[in-house]
Amino acid sequence: MSHRSRQDLIDRGFIHAASSDITPRAAYEGRRDMLKLLAGGAAGAALASWAARDALAQATAPGKLAALKGAKSNVPGAQTMEKLTDYKDASSYNNFYEFGTDKADPAKNAGTLKTRPWTVEVEGLVNKPGKYGIEDLLKLSAQEERIYRLRCVEGWSMVIPWVGYSLAELIKKVEPQGGAKYVEFVTLADPKTMPFVGSRVLDWPYAEGLRMDEAMHPLTLLTFGMYGEVLPNQNGAPVRLVVPWKYGFKSAKSIVKIRFVEKEPGTAWNKAAANEYGFYSNVNPNVDHPRWSQATERRIGDGSGLFAKRTKTQLFNGYEAQVGQLYAGMDLKTFY
Amino acid sequence: MNKLLLHPAAKPIVFLACLAPFAWLVYGAFTDGLGANPAEYLIRSAGDWTLRFLCIVLAVTPLRVMFKLNGLARYRRMLGLFAYFYVVIHLLSYGWFDMGFDVPEIAKDIAKRPFILVGFAAFVLLTPLAATSFNRAIKALGAKRWQRLHKLVYLIAGLGLLHFFWLRAGKNNFNEVFVYAGIVAVLLAWRVGHFVRQKKGVASRPAAVSRAQPSK
Repeated sequence: MSHRSRQDLIDRGFIHAASSDITPRAAYEGRRDMLKLLAGGAAGAALASWAARDALAQATAPGKLAALKGAKSNVPGAQTMEKLTDYKDASSYNNFYEFGTDKADPAKNAGTLKTRPWTVEVEGLVNKPGKYGIEDLLKLSAQEERIYRLRCVEGWSMVIPWVGYSLAELIKKVEPQGGAKYVEFVTLADPKTMPFVGSRVLDWPYAEGLRMDEAMHPLTLLTFGMYGEVLPNQNGAPVRLVVPWKYGFKSAKSIVKIRFVEKEPGTAWNKAAANEYGFYSNVNPNVDHPRWSQATERRIGDGSGLFAKRTKTQLFNGYEAQVGQLYAGMDLKTFY
Repeated sequence: MNKLLLHPAAKPIVFLACLAPFAWLVYGAFTDGLGANPAEYLIRSAGDWTLRFLCIVLAVTPLRVMFKLNGLARYRRMLGLFAYFYVVIHLLSYGWFDMGFDVPEIAKDIAKRPFILVGFAAFVLLTPLAATSFNRAIKALGAKRWQRLHKLVYLIAGLGLLHFFWLRAGKNNFNEVFVYAGIVAVLLAWRVGHFVRQKKGVASRPAAVSRAQPSK
């Protein structure tokens, strides 16, 4: 079905090790022998091509927006080896209801969003509240590239190389007080540039929240880019959250306010339909959405197009080893 | 206009026009033109076309009577069959591309999700209508009974709209639902009005025309 050639993907650095790509042991050992043989000056050329292999592991920019590179992240779980979703799909199939409810709408309508100047207000129970300009936020910590699975509550998923740093870096800088148990994220709701703010789909502005330990978890990413470039508007520019073990809607886009609070904050989808969308919204194949099963998912843009098989959804989206202990002893059917 | 409608080439042309959305979908499927989630696109598109053909087929009689376009009558069955054609594509795409023909899973899905149950009921009800759309079936059933059976289309349209309404309820996004519901409501309201007018007409003069081509 797909015309995305393998070479095209390699050129853009999107190919990651599939089992068929792993160098056979014999060839690997042969190469070692060769390197030993060429230990002199002639080895330089061979080493150069060796180094180039590593460079490919990072996403090459699609050349659409300003570059934003991140160093390969060492956070456990931050480097899934699955095949990346095509940039075209990841940037044209979006839920961002401020720009329309059809998944093609955000890419069509989000051009009006002004991402500069941009400030994020930090308030509530912190010692260092204040307004943080986007330029300051970009420099607050070193940018990392993290390749995460993204699972939407609607039953589809993607694999996306995000660029950003752990939200914990920001949280540590603003010094939350002991009473701060939750973090609330409020996103932009500008009726002038967002044509669907004012529609009755949700209670605007879009708000989301995390428990403090979830917010502090190293996998929780304050995100400024994807595929080696700044975020496209439809993906939540200029700054969004990515919480890879939760359904996609927990990851607020185009954030303007981060508030540290004592009580569990109200969240947009929980307010809209409490029986369908809980506060936690952890990816869980064993807890169905009231209107559909969550047992499987469809991977978008994996190259098999119409004939893509649904795959089994993993508990916590496959990040159980990293985040399981956050929910030890909790009944995930009650706290869905 | 009637002359055009009765032209021998007109029916094949309309047939091809009705097939065009399907051709477009097949073309898209083979050229990576159905977007990031082609299965979802195909299912939705076929569903949209089913609703559109239901509206079109319900519009035949009002248009025929209002504009005296008796030539339209010969298209009604074909248009109805196209509604069935697209609902079959809709159902097949769901069963194949979404559920991988996993029949127990599909059965569970139908039972669990009211909006699928309602849609499936509409499909089941539409099946006898499609199956009796040839002349011999009309003869075998008798025109009266055949007509009564085909009045099911009103129920089917209602179920189809409910199916769509429920689907969109998750996102509180009813704009398109209201467009289809509005069209169906106008077409049904016209029928009620027409029925009342005819009743009055029957009292004063014999309604020969309406018997020759029943218009409900």
